[in-house]
Amino acid sequence: MTTDDHHLDGNAAGGVLGQIFAFEMTTAEVICAHCDAVGPIGAAVVYATAMGTIVRCRGCGEALIRIAHGPQRYWVDFSGTRLLQLAAAE
Amino acid sequence: MERTALPGRLAWQLGRVVDIVDETPRCRSLILDVPDGIGHTAGQHVDVRLTAADGYQAQRSYSIASPPEDQHLVLTVERLDDGEVSPYLTEVLREGDQLELRGPIGGYFTWRVADGGPLLLVAGGSGIVPLMAMLRHRAAQHSTVPTRLLHSSRAFDAIIYRQALEQLAAADPTLMVAHTLTRRQPADWAGYTRRIDRAMLADVAGAPSEQPQAFVCGPTALVETVASALVELGHDPVRVKTERFGASGGTP
Repeated sequence: MTTDDHHLDGNAAGGVLGQIFAFEMTTAEVICAHCDAVGPIGAAVVYATAMGTIVRCRGCGEALIRIAHGPQRYWVDFSGTRLLQLAAAE
Repeated sequence: MERTALPGRLAWQLGRVVDIVDETPRCRSLILDVPDGIGHTAGQHVDVRLTAADGYQAQRSYSIASPPEDQHLVLTVERLDDGEVSPYLTEVLREGDQLELRGPIGGYFTWRVADGGPLLLVAGGSGIVPLMAMLRHRAAQHSTVPTRLLHSSRAFDAIIYRQALEQLAAADPTLMVAHTLTRRQPADWAGYTRRIDRAMLADVAGAPSEQPQAFVCGPTALVETVASALVELGHDPVRVKTERFGASGGTP
């Protein structure tokens, strides 16, 4: 798979999310705060640029997760996610 | 580059190019030595990060083509004319160069021999890459899980892994490989000559009653078509896993 495009599937956010969280995030289920749609992050729509990553709901298109990349830090905005379900390690 | 020590978190690491193999006129495989290893499962991908002299960084995701059993990590990269990263990887990068990698990524589109089968793999263009990792893993484990692959390419010389697939299938009666060429076909071409549709899937996908695990990877339009057609044919949507990449990947 080559993803030389700014509009990708949710797996493209797996890298930056995996750097921040200790969980496998592409299989994490999110409930959209805007439309209540439920699904794994891997199935969402991702817009990635050098400045940041936006994970959008495949149902309504609103932002679920916004991650901005800065020098030595990340800013992570989860205001579009009502609930996140993570699979704990066995 | 920082290698952070946070347990369970991904971090950037360096891989060195030990060999480069041309797969098609637009596509190359990068054979990488990654000292700390990636520890992936077939179907997963890595992020590749490039940093320009002025500090500008660009990163993209590439599926891993090699099975977990291989010593080296192999990425197969297709050159996209308007790409920011792929032209560098396919034209500029040389043996001995280093790349920053982060992975493995993705817990959904994966297959291990222990997951069983039968397997139904459907690829559009470079969507074959993660499926090839599954096929190589299957071969490395001497698995006889019945497997069917339908591979859509634009033209004969654009078929990624054509010879490798021929070799795998020739040595393995439990592996069936079918091709379709959507734009140009050689005069003696015996395969399909159109985009994948429901009739083609009915021909090659096997009976839904066999309950295959399906993996579909390619451009968004192909993935949507194949996934809906499989469900219409009676395959369980839960057993149809998809991975799509953006519109600029083109439609094979």
